[in-house]
Parts: sequence; C-alpha cells; structure tokens
Amino acid sequence: MEKPLTQHISSNHPWLNLKDYTNVGGYQAVHRALKSMTPEEVTKIVQDSELKGRGGAGFNTGMKWSFVPMDDVRQTKYLITNADEMEPGTFKDRLLLEGNPHQLIEGMIVSAYAIQANISYIFLRWAYKKAARIIEEAIAEAYAAGYLGKDILGSGFNLEMHLHTGVGRYICGEETALLNALEGKRAIPRSKPPFPQVSGLFGKPTIVNNVETLCNIPHIVNNGADWFKALSMGSDAGTKLYGISGQVNKPGLWELPMGTTVRELIEEHAGGMKPGFKFRGALPGGASTDFLVTEHLDVKMDYQSVAAAGSRLGTGTMVILDDHTCPVGFVHNLEHFFAQESCGWCTPCREGLPWTEKILLSIENGEGRLEDLELLEMHTKYLGPGNTFCALAPGAMEPLQSGLKYFRADFEKHIHEKKCPWDEQRNGSHLY
Amino acid sequence: MLSPKEIKRLDQEIALVPTRKSACIEALKIIQQHRGWVSDESLRDIAEYMEMSVEELDSVATFYNLIFRKPVGRNIILLCDSISCYVMGYKKIYQHLQDHLHIKFGETTADARFTLLPNACLGCCDHAPTLMINNDLYKDLTNDNLDEILKEYR
Amino acid sequence: MAVIYIDHRAYEVKAGKNLLETCLTLGFNLPYFCWHPAMGSVGACRQCAIKLFKDKDDTQGRLMMSCMESVKDNMYLSINDPVAKSFRSQVIEWLMTNHPHDCAVCDEGGSCHLQDMTVMTGHTYRRFQYPKRTYKNQYLGPFINHEMNRCIQCYRCVRFYKDYAGGTDLDAFAAHDHIYFGRAADGVLENEFSGNLAEVCPTGVFTDKSLKEHYTRKWDMTMAPSICQHCSLGCNIIAGERYGELRQITNRFNGEVNGYFICDKGRFGYEFVNSINRIQQPIIRTKIPEAVDKNSLYDYLKTVLSNRTVIGIGSPRASLESNFALMQLVGKGNFYQGVSETDAQLMRTILHTLNAGHVHIPSLKETEIADAILVLGEDLTNAAPLLALTVRQAVHRKPLENAQQISVPPWHDTARREFAQEEKGPLFIAYPTKTKLEALAANCQYLSPDEIARLGFAIANRLDNTAPAPQGVDEDTLQIAQHIANTLKQAERPLIICGTSLRNEAILKAAANIACALGTEDKKASLFYVMEECNSMGLAMMEVPSLKQATEALKKKEANTVIILENDLYRRDAKSAIDDFLEQCEELIVLDHLHHETSNRATVLIPVGTFAEAEGTLVNNEGRAQCFFQVFAPKNENFRESWRWLDEFRQFKQGISPEDLQAPGDLMMEMAASMPQFKGAEEVAPSADFRISGQKIPREPHRYSGRTAMLANIQVSEPKPPEDHDSALSYTMEGYRGIPPAPLIPFFWAPGWNSAQSVNKYQEEVGGPIRGGDTGKRLFPETPAIENAFLNTIPPAYKASPGEWLVVPLQHIFGSEELSIYTHGVAERAPHPYIAISQQDANDLNTREYQLMQVTIGTLNYELPVMIKKELPHGVVGIPYHVSGLIGIAWPAKGILKPVMT
Ligand SMILES: Cc1cc2nc3c(=O)[nH]c(=O)nc-3n(C[C@H](O)[C@H](O)[C@H](O)COP(=O)(O)O)c2cc1C
Ligand code: SF4
Ligand code: FES
Repeated sequence: MEKPLTQHISSNHPWLNLKDYTNVGGYQAVHRALKSMTPEEVTKIVQDSELKGRGGAGFNTGMKWSFVPMDDVRQTKYLITNADEMEPGTFKDRLLLEGNPHQLIEGMIVSAYAIQANISYIFLRWAYKKAARIIEEAIAEAYAAGYLGKDILGSGFNLEMHLHTGVGRYICGEETALLNALEGKRAIPRSKPPFPQVSGLFGKPTIVNNVETLCNIPHIVNNGADWFKALSMGSDAGTKLYGISGQVNKPGLWELPMGTTVRELIEEHAGGMKPGFKFRGALPGGASTDFLVTEHLDVKMDYQSVAAAGSRLGTGTMVILDDHTCPVGFVHNLEHFFAQESCGWCTPCREGLPWTEKILLSIENGEGRLEDLELLEMHTKYLGPGNTFCALAPGAMEPLQSGLKYFRADFEKHIHEKKCPWDEQRNGSHLY
Repeated sequence: MLSPKEIKRLDQEIALVPTRKSACIEALKIIQQHRGWVSDESLRDIAEYMEMSVEELDSVATFYNLIFRKPVGRNIILLCDSISCYVMGYKKIYQHLQDHLHIKFGETTADARFTLLPNACLGCCDHAPTLMINNDLYKDLTNDNLDEILKEYR
Repeated sequence: MAVIYIDHRAYEVKAGKNLLETCLTLGFNLPYFCWHPAMGSVGACRQCAIKLFKDKDDTQGRLMMSCMESVKDNMYLSINDPVAKSFRSQVIEWLMTNHPHDCAVCDEGGSCHLQDMTVMTGHTYRRFQYPKRTYKNQYLGPFINHEMNRCIQCYRCVRFYKDYAGGTDLDAFAAHDHIYFGRAADGVLENEFSGNLAEVCPTGVFTDKSLKEHYTRKWDMTMAPSICQHCSLGCNIIAGERYGELRQITNRFNGEVNGYFICDKGRFGYEFVNSINRIQQPIIRTKIPEAVDKNSLYDYLKTVLSNRTVIGIGSPRASLESNFALMQLVGKGNFYQGVSETDAQLMRTILHTLNAGHVHIPSLKETEIADAILVLGEDLTNAAPLLALTVRQAVHRKPLENAQQISVPPWHDTARREFAQEEKGPLFIAYPTKTKLEALAANCQYLSPDEIARLGFAIANRLDNTAPAPQGVDEDTLQIAQHIANTLKQAERPLIICGTSLRNEAILKAAANIACALGTEDKKASLFYVMEECNSMGLAMMEVPSLKQATEALKKKEANTVIILENDLYRRDAKSAIDDFLEQCEELIVLDHLHHETSNRATVLIPVGTFAEAEGTLVNNEGRAQCFFQVFAPKNENFRESWRWLDEFRQFKQGISPEDLQAPGDLMMEMAASMPQFKGAEEVAPSADFRISGQKIPREPHRYSGRTAMLANIQVSEPKPPEDHDSALSYTMEGYRGIPPAPLIPFFWAPGWNSAQSVNKYQEEVGGPIRGGDTGKRLFPETPAIENAFLNTIPPAYKASPGEWLVVPLQHIFGSEELSIYTHGVAERAPHPYIAISQQDANDLNTREYQLMQVTIGTLNYELPVMIKKELPHGVVGIPYHVSGLIGIAWPAKGILKPVMT
C-alpha cells in the first residue's frame, strides 16, 4: 500500500531536512515542472488527477487553479498554504508540517509555478510552535539551495516564501478571512464572488490550499494523474490522512487509500473501542460535520460516500462519541467552540450560536424545556448554507442537527428527568 | 517607547509587506513577545510606529484571542477545551489546575506565575487531553503528570 | 432593462442594479440594516433575505440576501414566501436577544429603524430566556451620546465614520457576540461628520446629544425644510422645534447638494437660535427706557426715515429677501454690500468668471465623480466641510470602480475595497499648512497665497501656452506644475477648487485660467468656489459697492443714517476702518438676532428672526438658489423677518402710516423683475397659495401630541394655531399627508418608516433625486464660452520680508463661524487663539511651542501662544480665523512678531 505523503515520516526520526528529502527523491517535481512543463500543463495534470482540496470543502484543486487569470503577467499573484488547522478533532496537517516540511515547500513551488505566483505564504496557526521552527529552517534551506528566490533552477521563475503565524481565531482558517488576517486586518470572511482566484490577498489573484492538498502535488507531478487516481479505493482519488480521537485503544493518524471504511479505521487502525466503552457515533471529519452512527460503520470515507450518508468527509479526522459521554454535553462543547469563534460579522452566527450554546447548557443542566428542542431545530434550519455569511455557522449546525436526529432520546431524557443522565459518572463541575 | 531592538524587528516585518499597516499583527506579536502583553501604552506606541490610529490597531488586536490586552502571568497555560479533550476528560485537568493554582480560566495567580486560559483544539487530539505552557506542548495529561509539568515553571 | 417577477408579478426594472434597492424602489417594504444607500452592501445583517427561484416552475427556491445580488433578467423572486418572512423575523429575534428594549427612554424611539424593522417583520414574542449581554458606554464628546447596549452590530457606524468619512477614532472591537463599537478610550469623536452617526445608526447607540438636552420625539416636533446657515455650500436641513425652542437639525436629502450627510457644524450649530444673547425687543438708545414696543419704534423710524438720507448695508448671511428689502428701502444707489472691498473684489472676480460661462460650476454631488482634483488655497474640511466629504469619495471612486474589471458591481462595498486596497485617485493640494485631506493627497505644496497663485498660473500655462506664465518659477515647481497639468489633462472630469479664504484674488484667476485651459468643446473642467457665508454669492450678485464706498459716502456727507442688516461689521474689515465708518453715522439702525460689537453701537436696535423663525432664499456657492422656511412662529412677536420690518419701513418712507401697513408683496418676484440675474430664484419653492388637493403641507407630523395641553398651564382653551400667510406650509398637523414637492418637505416620514430611512420613499429611485426633482435652482445657466480669455495679474514671486510677516487666516470648522459658536459643544471644540509659525521661523525668532508671541497687525495687538506648524513657508504665519478675540483684522494681513519675554 503506497503512502506517498507519509512514507518518510516516522515518529522515531526527526524531520526530513533538505538532504534527507533530496535523498529520497525530493524536489524532483520542481525540476520536472519548472524545466519541462508549462504552467498550464501542471494545472492540467492536477486537474486530471481529480485531487480534491483536503481543507474540508473538497473542491477539485486543478479546477480551482484554472480560475486564476493567466493573461496579465505583470500582476502579482499569491499562493497561500492554509496551515491554520484549528478544526476541533483535527490533527493531520501537523504531522506533515513537522515531519516533512520540504514536501510542502516543494508542493508550493510547483503550485505557485502553475498559477505563476511569485509570492507565497504559509499561514500557520500559533500553537504549532515546533512546526514553525522546522518550517523556518526548511524555508531557509530551500532558499540556500536555490529552490526559492530568484530564477529558480535557471527557469526564470521567481518565488518568495514567508511563514506567517496567526494569533488565534478559528475563522482564520476560512480562506477569505485568512486573507484579511494576512493583510493585518480583522479576520472577517469576504464575500464570494469575487473569489480569491481573481481578487485575493491585497486584491490580487490568490490561491489558498490546505497543507495536505499541496503535499500531494509533487507526487502527482512525479507519478501522473492515473497513478494518483489508482491510489484510492473509493470514488475520490488519492490517499487520505485519516485520524481518530476519543475512547479508542489506539487513537492516531494514518495515511490510507481514499475510501477506507469507518469500520476499518476504528477497528483495525485504532484498535477498536477501549474496553468498557461502546461506540455511539462519530464526527467523520472534524467538529463541523454531521454525526455518523452505527448504521454507517461501513460507509467509505470519501467525499461522495460520506455525503451520501448525510455527513461530510471534512478533514477526515474522526472524533468518536462513546456511551460514557453525554451527547448533549458533547454537542454543547462544540457549540461553545463555534459561538466563541464566530467572527461576529453576520447576525445569525453571532447571535444564533450563543443562543444554541445556552439552550444546550440549560438542557445539560436539567433546566431544559421541550420547546428548546424546537428552538434548536429552528437554528439548524436557519443557520444553513447561504443564510449566513460564511460556512462557519452552517458547519456548526451539522453536529447539532444530526445530534438531535440520532440522540433525540437523550435530549428528551435530560428534559424529562431534569438532569443529565451521565451526571453521576462525571466528576468535576460543569463549566459553562 | 519602543526599544531599538523592537524597532529593528518591526522594520524587518514592514519590509516584507506592501503597506505598512499590513504588518500590524506581526508588530503586535513582536511587542507581546518582548513584553508579555500589549498594554494601552504599548498599543499607542505600536500604532504610532505603524502609522495607524490607536482605534484601528486595537480593533485588530482585540479581535485575536492570543493578543493579550491585559497583563498575564509569567507562564501561560492554554488548556484545550475542545471536543476530543472534552471526551477524554479535560474537565478533570481543569479541576486539578483550579485546585492547585486557585485560578479559573481567564485568571492569573496572585504570584503572577501562571495565567490560565482555555484554548481551542491544540491539534493533537490523538493524545488528549492536552495543554500548552508557553511554547511547550503537553499531551496525554493525567493529574499525576500535570504536577510534574507545573513544577518546571517558576 | 430587465423583467423580474416578485411574488408572481412582473416588474420592469434596471438590469445590474442592486436587488434590495430595486425592491425598495418598487415600493416593497423589505427590511434591512447593514445596507445604506450611500455606502452600499456588505451582507452582514442578513435581514434583507428573500427567496430566489431557479425558474418559473421551481417551488423550492433558496434564501438569499437581496442586498448582495444584482438584478438580472428573468429572476423569479418572492418577498412574501413564508420561509423568507420567517427568516427575516428570526433575524430580528436574534438581534433583539440582547437589545435592552428600552424604547420608552431611548432617544431613538419613534424614529428608530430597528423599531420599524421589528414591526415590519412581525417579530413580537421573545423566546430568548437568558441574561442579556451588557456593555459600558463611552463619553464621546459634546455631540454624540453612546449607549452600546442597544447595538445590533450592523457595522454601519464604522463603515460611515471610518470608510466613508475617513475618521480614525471609531472602530469595531473584539469578536463574536462581544463586538463593540466605539473609541479605544473615552474621548471626543474627532471627525467633523460624527453627527451623521445619529442618523446612520439604526438604533439608539449613537444619538444627538444636543437634542438630548431638550429632548423631543420626532413626532412631537414642528419641522420645516431649511438651509444650513453656516457655510456657503447650502446643505439642506430639517429643523425641528418644540416649546418655542429649536431642538434638532437633521439632514434633508438633496441629491444635487448634500445627499445623505451634513457636517457637525451644520447639525449642532443651531443653538444661537435659543441663545440668551438674542435681541429681545426694539431698543432706541436715545430714549429712556431704551427698550420700546413696536409702535414706538414705528413712530420713531417714521420720522427718522422720512427726514434723513439713509444708506443700507447688506449682509452675506441674510436672505435675498432681506437684502432686497433693504435695497428697496434705501434705493439701489444707497445700498452697499456689508463686506470689505477686498472681499467684494474677490466675489466680483468670481462673478466675472461665472458670467463669462466658459467653465463648468459643479454641484456638490458632481464633485463626487471628479477623477482628478486640484485644491488651490482652501482647507476644505474647515472652510467647506461637506466638500471635503465629497472630495474624499471622489478620490476613492476610480480605484473602487476598477473592481468592475473583475465584475464586482458598484454596490458591493467590501469587495470593492478589498480589490482597490490603498489605491487613490489624484488629489493635489496647495495651501500654506497641512490640511486634513493631506492623507488622501498625491502631492501637497505648502506655499504662501501668492505662490499658490503662481503655481496655478504655471499649471494653466503648461496646459495651454497662450495662458500667461509666471516669471522666475524654480525648476522643482515647474516640474510639479507639469505633473499636475498632465494629470488634469488626462482626467475625464478634472475639478479645480479654489475660494476666498486666503483673500487672494490671483488664486481665483489662476484657477479660472486652469479651468479655461482644460476646457474643450466636449469636455469642460469643473471649477468649484468656496466662499464664506450662506449667502455670499447672493449678496455679490446684487453687484453693489462695498463698505469702503459706504464709508466714503458717509464721509462726503451724502448720508448720515445707516441701516445695517444682520451683520457684525467688525468681522468684515479692520477694526479701525469699522470704527471710522460707525463714527460717521448719526443714526445707526441695526437689525439682527444676536447682540454683537456692531449692534452694541446701534442707536436703534431691531430684533429679527433667525433662519428658524424666518423664510428666505439663499444662493449657495454654486449659484443655486434655495429656500428656507419658518420652522415656528416665535412667541416673541418681535422676532420678525428682517424683510418684514424693512418692507414696512419702506412703506413709512412712502408716507404710509403704521395703521395702514400692508403685508409685503412677493419680494422674490419683485427682485427677479428688477434684477434679471436673479431670474429663477422666485421659482425655487411653490408659492404661498400652493395647495395639494386644496390642502397645505403640515409642519407637524400626524402623531403630534399635546397640542391641547402644551399651553394649558397658561390658558386651558387651546389657542388658534398661528397661520402662515407666506408659504404653503401650515403650523398644524392637518393637511396633505403625501409627498410634497422637494422644497416643501418638512420631514421624511412614511407608513412603517419612522426613521430617517424613510427618505427612500421620497426618491424616484433609491439614492436618486427626490420625486419631482431635487430642490434648488441654478442661477447661472451654462452659456457657450464667449472666448477663452485668460486672466492675467500674476503676482511677483513671494519673498519673506524681514521683520514683517504675512499673516494668513486659518479656517476652523468650529470657531471661525459667527453663529455656530453659540452652541457650547461647538465652542468646546473651537481652538484657543494661537499663532502658527514654521519651525525655521520659530528658531529665527528664538521661540518655542506654547511661548507667547506679541503680534501686531495694524493697530491691533495680541499676545498669542506659538504653535509650530513645521510646513509653513518661511515668513508666513497663521492665526485662527475669527475665533473669539481675533476679529477686526483686515485680510490679507501683515504683522509684526515679537516674542514676549518672561
Ligand atoms: C470556519 C472555517 C474554518 C476553516 N479552517 C480551515 C483550516 O484550518 N485549514 C484549512 O485548510 N481549511 C480550512 N477551511 C477551508 C478553507 O476555507 C478553504 O476551503 C481551504 O483552505 C481550501 O483549501 P483546499 O482547496 O486545499 O481544501 C475552513 C473553512 C471554514 C469555513
Ligand atoms: S457565519 Fe457569519 S459571523 Fe459566523 S464566522 Fe461566518 S461571517 Fe462570521
Ligand atoms: S441589508 Fe442585506 S445583509 Fe444587511
């Protein structure tokens, strides 16, 4: 089984520096792309590979690039790596950043070449201190080796690369809010259209891609679109970094063929539920995805199959809800997060999320009323896509709506019994 | 007053961006690195240097939760309170911290040794519960190893 | 054109226009918050949601924000869709979760956009059960009150204050449901347009502090359409009264002039009307007691006026009617402009250019679309505030419009800004010191007035080498002149702004030359003049001599009695000259509403009505005649329009006795008939006998309360309301309830729309002109150029002369103007007297900031603290124009400076 992204990463070894990386064939894609391919050819191969963005939305990456206007060569363009990874339950980009930074840098160089961007940024979240150190060093190495800077490998192509670390706020991961953050502004999302591809950073054409997305690029350029498609067992191309956290025996992160089933992930890779814990459900791809439950254990973890099961692949890192954890408390924790991280721009999100948070807390505390469930449902209906300014609030509603669907009995029990049935098991006070 | 060292760092960042203002988040970070937090006075100085109004800069500063606009302790504990850590029992860790440090989220110990803050997912959910103290990440926390960890910070 | 279907009905509308605007224009009551007609859309509040269907057969549809869509042909939409309706009421419920529901004690109550929208969406029942978030309020200075708990986070305040008006001291703080709008700390909001926050804010967060001091709800106010009295731009305002006190000024939309906004001087400068310094009763100083009643005054004047030779002194702050009535009383040959010869000459030069017709005089609105701007010798923010606001829009306009290259529609505010970033259109400023617009300017030149003129002449010459060229201009200046000339030439709509502030005629000529040189058959450059007062233009157009000739007439004993109309002459010329003039008068009759130095010298003092108690016509800087109407009939019967008194005096002169006095005829008709230059001014507003369906237009809203009780402490029976014989407006709440012609709109109010936003209902299309056309008539029809006649009086190069300083007047929006200073907030914002000196000159004089300087100008001596303005040219100093204690200077002035030894 091929694991192109993680094959050289091992928890026992430090990160691959430039020498290590070139020893295992690194930077060949840069040579190939810059010397023997036109930018359009690079975009085409990526498009043909059917690589979909790994940041959560799953949009065809090559297609996204193709919207960048290529006619005006004098215009500054930007390529940005979204390494903000703040989605609760998500820890996949960290591995790539800390384990093999040159893979990302190489991916960025090739991608920047494809859209003819001359300035690139890695937007890294604040908490990834180790990654920051490693990337700084790797960027310096790449400059020294001539992979960055002026006239890279004599191709005439120039690329600057900067690391920008954030100062908090989940919304910075939203690609347009990220642009505002990079411009030194409040990270309020921008409306689309215009898309960043035409008016992005500093008003110039810009591509924002996820770390994992970009790490795939060198391999696609080296091995071709068909190879990439063949890596998958599901309906989407490539491998995927899957992760599991929660009460399983071996929580962790694995690169597996796209389309690996939920069951295989939990039972084989994560070693099954911990003794005494039962599986009740899972958020398949981070906090802003709908629950999957027992009936979905055989769902393939690819974009289409998870969508067909009523959820989203999202980031592919799964959070497990077990039978010792109160689903109301679980969802309350999520809504607390989303309410805190709302940027405060649009009404439904700014005012609606704190409301759901308060209702959930009151239910959890045994003070809920049946009408509260209607109010929650109203929110799931009205905070949907298109009704809010960006995708944060709709994302926040996904676990809530599916939680209400699959765990309704638990919600009602709280209300009828005027307490949380898990209360006795829990020591420690209620926090919010 | 900004120190020459701070100014040098600011100038480096300003050189990288198309307009001076767009380096303002970097500027806030630099000052916070040097001074621990961004006081009203620091904010005024940065604003002046960045050619922004105090309001404009504070508008940015107050948006981001990791720019500290109030004094903080020498060590900052960021305890992850997001979903995986919730499932894995971060509340017990929080209780333990409260019992030992006598501070709640948002508070600083009387001796200014620690400030305790909640933080969204630290990105190592497979080793929950987790926390960061300053730049150091701690995973797989239990009440026992927590005591050891805290000892490291004076 | 496009056809769209709203709830199954077809409408023909403009393609590409904003959908929310279109719906509002069609008359739909579609709620909104974050959108504003002048500021476009940002899609934040989500209040304007409607359903969009894929096609005729789609029954599902999807919600979308109407403010974020352009109209396309064949759109199938629904406003009444149950989901859309319920979503909109849900948005209100969200917004109201933290709102304090304190309407009863809120200043916005009754004119509140949030109230309107809440009722409109039908949200009534509160389901949010938890404690509300609360905030601390800030002290924001004398004009604006802050009550953050009422905030609904629509972001309109920052978008206006920061993005639109360029203010830097108000912003949005924090995130999620803790967003806060205010300053970094308590303190005065410094932007000159802060008062608009009270209208821009849809609820009671930012409210008018001056109104608070004598609070009255909108529905309890008696209101009339009026014109701002505080500068030459003639912004349209609504003035409101209760209990005989003027209580509030709000913006009156005029698409050609001020649009949606007015400046703080205009909004808050009205307190002089309520001032204790008002002249209350006729005074005859030779009598004991001095204060007399109307009949004694009549008796006295009847004798005086029939036996003496009388001259009249007009006023640039009095209406055309009053000036004309005085002229008629004394005879044209005996009527003088109440301004210095310098000022009169400046206005003559301007009139010359206007009458020649080869330049285009833009309206304020037109300045907003200029694509290259040159300002010669004016500090716009202080001398013509709203022009600074329109220039700001112009500078940003082109870069914002460039976003159309990537198909961003013009209403898409954030996307346009994100695309345009910091880019600006060209603005050049030449002025002795820094001005507030400096931050927007591509280039600023700090020059003495003569050098400004010479730069102007150089630019004109670079544009057209037949225009006279200044001699001895240095290479740098020539280069700048060339650069400015090129930029103006490339522009499609170049705009030159100049004015009278620096009292330099050569600047006006240079500006005219530039405009001429730019003008071609198909493209006319615009030339905008800034003047000093609300009727400077009107008075100048009467084309009568200045105070200088008036003095000569007195000296030659051609007359011994003088009538001064609404004018403090000490603000017009050197104190010595005015003293000299006044000494010649045997009888000095002064009509005015406030006591001042000149009125103190009067032998006969006659109280008159202010703009709020009078009706009249003013001509603004652009030559636009506009009417203001009496807001209320004052309790004090002596507060009568100057023209009413003067017309009566004319009748005495003609031998009519007081008992037989007739009401004045239509003075504007008479004026237009005798002075053709005023033709058209008589048609500005419908005449007094205008009626709609036989009805007058009520000054009081239909909800006006307490009419029967207001005076019950004095008299239980309700007195008959005063009648207005002079206009088509009535003093009651009865009358025509629909939309009157623009000049007669006393307030904006429409069913369901109680707030200022109701103006939408009065416009032909949202943001467009008032139905039936905006107010005002331009008195200078554009005539084809007679010839490209360049003016030529180029001053010699400026050289600082040792021991003598050129003193330039520095305008201050708060402090330089005579009437607004009576508002204590304006006084608070006014500067203390100072003398501005360049760093080099300060060094030469061996002085420092704040040290006292003895300044001698003519016979006047001042001790003024030094303020360093680095950029001032060598030998040029500035003092704040007309601030208290600094009047009586003849401009342009020379001064001698000596540091005060301590
Ligand atoms: C609230 C919010 C947070 C997001 N956070 C991240 C993030 O941390 N990392 C990321 O790669 N994408 C994140 N996204 C998705 C990005 O907006 C964007 O779609 C992605 O970076 C595009 O990269 P891709 O095409 O490679 O997936 C977030 C989206 C939303 C709405
Ligand atoms: S949904 Fe609205 S308030 Fe929430 S983060 Fe997005 S833009 Fe901000
Ligand atoms: S008016 Fe449309 S979203 Fe606010």
